[in-house]
Amino acid sequence: MAMRVNPTRMELTRLKRRLKTAVRGHKLLKDKRDEMIRQFIIYIKRNHQLRMEVEDELMRALARFARAKAYMGAQKALGELFCPSRAASFEIGKRNVMSVDVPVIKHTGADDKIELPYGFAHTSGELDASVMEVVRLLPLMAELAQVEKSCNLLANEIEKTRRRVNALEYVMIPETEDAIKYITMKLEENDRASLVRLMKAKEMLMEA
Amino acid sequence: MKNKIAVVGGRDSVMLFNAAGLEVRYASDGKAVEKAIHALARAGYPVIYITEEAAEKAPEAIKMYDREVFPAIIPVPGGNQPKGLGLRNIKKNVEKAVGADILFGEGREQA
Repeated sequence: MAMRVNPTRMELTRLKRRLKTAVRGHKLLKDKRDEMIRQFIIYIKRNHQLRMEVEDELMRALARFARAKAYMGAQKALGELFCPSRAASFEIGKRNVMSVDVPVIKHTGADDKIELPYGFAHTSGELDASVMEVVRLLPLMAELAQVEKSCNLLANEIEKTRRRVNALEYVMIPETEDAIKYITMKLEENDRASLVRLMKAKEMLMEA
Repeated sequence: MKNKIAVVGGRDSVMLFNAAGLEVRYASDGKAVEKAIHALARAGYPVIYITEEAAEKAPEAIKMYDREVFPAIIPVPGGNQPKGLGLRNIKKNVEKAVGADILFGEGREQA
C-alpha cells in the first residue's frame, strides 16, 4: 500500500470525501478531454487543408517572382517592391474554446482593389501577377495563422488534461480506494478485538 | 496589440510580402532571426510569418512563444520547394493531442 494513513474514523470520512471529489473531477476532465479532441480534429483538418492551399499558392507566386527577377534583374525587381502602396490590415481578437484562449485573426483590408507600388513601364507582367497573388492570399494566410495557432494551443491543453485524467484514474483513485479499504478493515479488526476482550473479561468475572 | 502582421526571412523571399502591405524584417543567419522574432514579439505583432529557412535556424526562439496566444509564429515556404516544416508541425500536434498520427498516416507513407 502506497498511502500511509491513520486508521481512524475521521481519516476515513476525509478519504471518502476526497474519493468522491476525485471521481467527479475525473469524469469532468475526461469529458473535457473528449470534447477538446473532437474540436481539435475539426481544427486540424482545416489546418491541413489550408496549409496545402497556402503553400501551393505561395510557391506559385514565388516562382512567378523568380521569373520576374530573371527578366528584370534581381536588384531592380526587389527595388520596385520596396515601397508598399497599401497596408494590409487585420482584425485581431481572442476566443475561448473549451477554456483555451485561441486567437482570432481576420483580414479586413479590401482585396478587390489592388494597387501596385510601381509603374508598368519598366516592369515585367510576372511581377504584377506575383504581387497580386500574394495580396489575394492574405485572407487565407490570416486564417491559416488562426487555425494553426489554435491547433497548437489545443494540443498543449489536451496533453495536459490527459495527464491529469490518467493521474486521477490510475494513481489517485486506486490509492484512495486502497486506503479506505485498509482503514475499514483495520477498524473492523479493532472492533472484533475489543468485543473478544469484553467477552473474555465477562467470562473471568463470571468465574470469580 | 497591433493589427499588423510581420514577415521574417531572407530578403528575396519576403519582398513580395512587403509589396502586399505586411511588415518585413530581413534576417538570414540564426542570430538575426532570433533577434527579429523577439523584437517583433515585444512590439506586439500578433502574427509573425517566418520562412522555413529562417525557422530552421532559430527553433528555440520559436519554441519560446509556443504556449502564448500571441504572437502566432507561422512557417511559410520561402524558397523554391516547401520543406514540409508546416506539415511536420501539424503532424506533431496530432500526435501530441491524440497520441498517434491518425489523420495523415497515408501522407507519411508517400513522403
